[in-house]
Amino acid sequence: MVNRSHIGLELKPSEHVVEAGRLRFLARATGQDDPVFANAEAARGAGYPAIPAPPTLGFCLEMDRDEPLDFLGQLGIDLGKLLHAEQRFDYRAPIFAGDTIRFTSRVADVYEKKGGALVFATIEREARKADGTLALTATTTLVVRNG
Amino acid sequence: MAERVALDGGTPPGTEIASLTMPPITRHTLALYCGASGDHNPIHVDIDFAKRAGFPDVFAHGMLVMAYLGNLLTHIAPVERHRSFSTRFQAITQLGDAITCTATLQSIGEQDGVPVATLALTARNQTGEVKLAGDAVVALAEGDDR
Repeated sequence: MVNRSHIGLELKPSEHVVEAGRLRFLARATGQDDPVFANAEAARGAGYPAIPAPPTLGFCLEMDRDEPLDFLGQLGIDLGKLLHAEQRFDYRAPIFAGDTIRFTSRVADVYEKKGGALVFATIEREARKADGTLALTATTTLVVRNG
Repeated sequence: MAERVALDGGTPPGTEIASLTMPPITRHTLALYCGASGDHNPIHVDIDFAKRAGFPDVFAHGMLVMAYLGNLLTHIAPVERHRSFSTRFQAITQLGDAITCTATLQSIGEQDGVPVATLALTARNQTGEVKLAGDAVVALAEGDDR
């Protein structure tokens, strides 16, 4: 059972290098047909230093850390009862292949609906480049079905 | 299949700016997305796990469908003009669903001194059921704010 005392809890930070091969694989897996997202030459032709990250990479990248779902245990959430309710990204600077991105995450909110049958947890993440520049914030709302 | 119309300061609100239909989602689609995205939650690829959790079968990652909406967004404006992108996951996307993403102009405004467009986004399956709904803010290209 999720409880409101988890609000403010800081989750494990993580650091990731954005790899060109990963961006290529992601472009193929998501049916992204713009070569800019898969091919360094096309990216440079479009004026980018390297392949740019697609809009949802900020969510994917953070999943690369060891035990990406470990916070579910911390919050007492059963993976089989978990659904994604909402996702938001606020962009500040584009991410490119070769960037090192550091995530810091905290539990921003925990609340119930339908008399506790649905418990929502909102997690806010900041993604910063190696020089400290904020690249994006990602806000994830998860819902847990109880019963 | 993507179609789009010009987006600038003179585009009337309510105009459909672009749409994109993706091929039907297969188990293979979900396996590729599992690996590429790093979201290894077994509920999307392991039918035994999905059944134990009370679902009849595996189902699509919400973030896969959000990535489809992201594809549409990149057709409308390059990534450096994206300001925000937000969705609610309204219904589970099932195997066999062919998702059509649409962006409709909500309003033209200004953010941090830059002219921006707010777009309403939807992802529907082949029967028209809304799977994801949300919005995005993109900066207009220079000279497009007239």
